[in-house]
Amino acid sequence: MNRIEKRFKRLRKKGEAALIPFVTAGDPKKEITERLVVEMARNGADIIELGLPFSDPLADGPTIQAASFRALKGGMNTGAYFELVHKIREKTDCPLVLMGYYNPILKFGLKDFARRANEAGIDGTIIPDLPLEEASEWMKVARSFDLSNIFLVAPNTPSERIKRIVKASTGFIYYVSVLGITGARAELPRELSKGLERVHFFTKKPVAVGFGISRPEQVEGLREVADGIIVGSAIVKMLSEVYEKKGEDEAIKEVGRFVGKLKEATRR
Amino acid sequence: MLKENFMTNPDKRGHFGIFGGRFVPETLMPALLELESAYKEFKRDREFKREFEKILKDYVGRPTALYEAKRLGEALGGRCRIFLKREDLTHTGAHKINNTIGQILLAKRMGKKRIIAETGAGQHGVATATAAALMGLECIVYMGRKDTLRQAMNVFRMELTGAKVVPVDSGTKTLKDAINEAIRDWVTNVETTHYIIGSVVGPHPYPMMVRDFQSVIGKEARAQLRKKGISRPDVVVACVGGGSNAMGIFYPFSKDKDVRLIGVEAAGKGIDTDYHSSTLTCGEPGVLHGTMSYLLQDRWGQIKGAHSVAPGLDYPGVGPEHSMYKDSGRAEYYTIDDEEALKGFRLLSETEGIIPALESAHAIAFLKRLVPELKEGSTILVNLSGRGDKDVATVRDIFKGDKE
Repeated sequence: MNRIEKRFKRLRKKGEAALIPFVTAGDPKKEITERLVVEMARNGADIIELGLPFSDPLADGPTIQAASFRALKGGMNTGAYFELVHKIREKTDCPLVLMGYYNPILKFGLKDFARRANEAGIDGTIIPDLPLEEASEWMKVARSFDLSNIFLVAPNTPSERIKRIVKASTGFIYYVSVLGITGARAELPRELSKGLERVHFFTKKPVAVGFGISRPEQVEGLREVADGIIVGSAIVKMLSEVYEKKGEDEAIKEVGRFVGKLKEATRR
Repeated sequence: MLKENFMTNPDKRGHFGIFGGRFVPETLMPALLELESAYKEFKRDREFKREFEKILKDYVGRPTALYEAKRLGEALGGRCRIFLKREDLTHTGAHKINNTIGQILLAKRMGKKRIIAETGAGQHGVATATAAALMGLECIVYMGRKDTLRQAMNVFRMELTGAKVVPVDSGTKTLKDAINEAIRDWVTNVETTHYIIGSVVGPHPYPMMVRDFQSVIGKEARAQLRKKGISRPDVVVACVGGGSNAMGIFYPFSKDKDVRLIGVEAAGKGIDTDYHSSTLTCGEPGVLHGTMSYLLQDRWGQIKGAHSVAPGLDYPGVGPEHSMYKDSGRAEYYTIDDEEALKGFRLLSETEGIIPALESAHAIAFLKRLVPELKEGSTILVNLSGRGDKDVATVRDIFKGDKE
C-alpha cells in the first residue's frame, strides 16, 4: 500500500474527505514551491497534486496555462522537478501526485521517468491526455515502480467505459465535475452528485472530484459524495496575485491559511 | 506493426505503425468515438457520397485542371515533364475546401449545430467559414493573435461569410496555440459542436478522415495523367506542413512502389537555426494535439515554436501517416528555406503566369534540385495546393526590403 492508499484509508476511518490542493511546480518562480508545498501539508492538505508544466496544456484554463508558462520561463523542467520533489520529501510525508501531460514523460523515457519519480518520492500520476486506450505501457511501468495511476472520468463517460477506467485506476479515480477545462466556476453543475454516484456504483476505490471547485462552501457540499476534493485554479490564482502584491512570504502564508479553511470544510 | 499495403492504415485504434492514436482528455473520447462511427457509416452511404461529389463539382469547381507546365520545364533544363495539379483553382483558393465540405456534411448529419476550427494562415479558416455559410451553421474560428495581424485580409473574409474569429493570446500566439484553444472549446461544448481540423493531424479519426477527403486530389490526377497517356508519374512532389495536401496526392499512389513520393518541408531561416518548420527532418517522435508523431521539441519534451515565410507550413507537428511514411521509407522528405521558396514563387509566376501560394512555392522550388537528378524524360506531378493572392502583400514587402 503506498502513501495515497494509506491516506484514504485513514481518512475513511476519521470520516473525512481528502483535501487535494494543486500547484504548478516552479510557479511563480522556482524557489517558492518547496516551502509552499510544506506549508500546505502543515495546514491540512491530505494529498498534494504537483503540476509538471507543459508548453501546450490543452486541458487547462487560463489560470493554470499562465502558471505553466511562468514556471517554464523560470527554468522549471523535468530534471528540476524531480530535484524539487526530493527536497520536499525530506520535509514532509504528504502523498504527492504528479500532474503532467504525456509528451515530457515520453521524452524522458517511460521507465526512466517512473524510476526517477519513485526515487524522488512521487506516489502517483495524473496524465490528462493519456486515456485508457493509449495507457497500457505506462500502466505497466508505473505499477513496477509503485506509482498509482490515476485516470479521469468525465460527466459524459458512458457506463461501459467507467467500468474499465475504474478497474485500471489505482490510488483514486479523478472525477471531472464539468465538461470543460480547469478553472474556478461560480456554480457547480446540479447533476454533480449523481455523476459521482455513477462512479461509486462501479467501484469501492476512492473517487476524488475536481475542476471548478474554489470555495469552502463548495467543499462542504461535496464532502458527503466524494472521497477527495481537488482545488487547483483558485489556489494558483491566489498564489500569483498575493505574490505580485505582497511577495513570497505573504503568498505562502495566505495559501496556507486558505488550505486550512478548505480542509476544515472536508470534515463531516 | 507496419503494414506492407499502405492503403490499409490506420489500424482500428487509429495507429499508423507506432504513430497516430488518440491522446486526448477523457471528455473528448466519446466525441471521437461518435465521430469515428458516423464517418464509417457515411463513408459507405451512397447518398452522402453523391452529395459530397455534387458540391465538389458545382461549388468547389472540381475536377481541378491538370496542367503541363512546359515553360517551367524548359526553365529547369527541359529534361523532365512537369504536371501541376491545380488546387489553386478551387473555390477559396486552396485544397483546404475539399476537407471542410466533407466534414461539414458529416457534422450536419450528426446533428451538430456549431462548428469550430483553428487556422494559421487563414486558408482553412476561410474554407471552414465558407462551408459553414453554405450549410447555415454557426462558425467560430480560433486564430493566433500574431496570425490575425499578418493575415488581416483572411480575417475579414471569414467575417464576411459570417464566422466569428477569436484571436488567441496564449503561448506563441500562432497555429499550435489556436489548436489548443479550439480543443479547449470542444471539450467544453462537445455535445453541440463539431471541430473541423484542417490537416491530417489530431486524434483518430481525423488523420484518416482528412486524408480520405483530400485524396480526391490524387485520384483525379491519376486519371488525368492516364488520359494523357501516362500510366503513372515517376515522382510526386508536395509541400508538407501538417501534410494534408501532400497526403491527398500521395495516398492514391501509395501502393505503386515505382512512384517516388517527395514531401517538401519549410526550412525557414535554415534547419541549423531555431527558425524552421522541418518537423520530419529535424524532429523526434512525441505527442501533441492528440496524436503521436514527429515534433519539434526541446530535450525536456516542451514544444518548440516553428517558423516559415509560408504561414501554412508554420507548425511544430506533422501528420502521423507522414511520420510512418518517413520511417518506412515510403516517402522522402526534404527541406526548402524561405529564400529558395521565394525564388520558386517568382519562377512559377514568371514562367507560367501562375502565382503560387508561398506554401506551394516550396514544392516548386524543390524541382530545381530534383530535376537534374532524374532520368531524362521523367514525369513529375506537383501539387499546386494553393494560389498566392493571400501572399502578394508579404512578398512585395520582402522584395522591397531586399532592394533597399
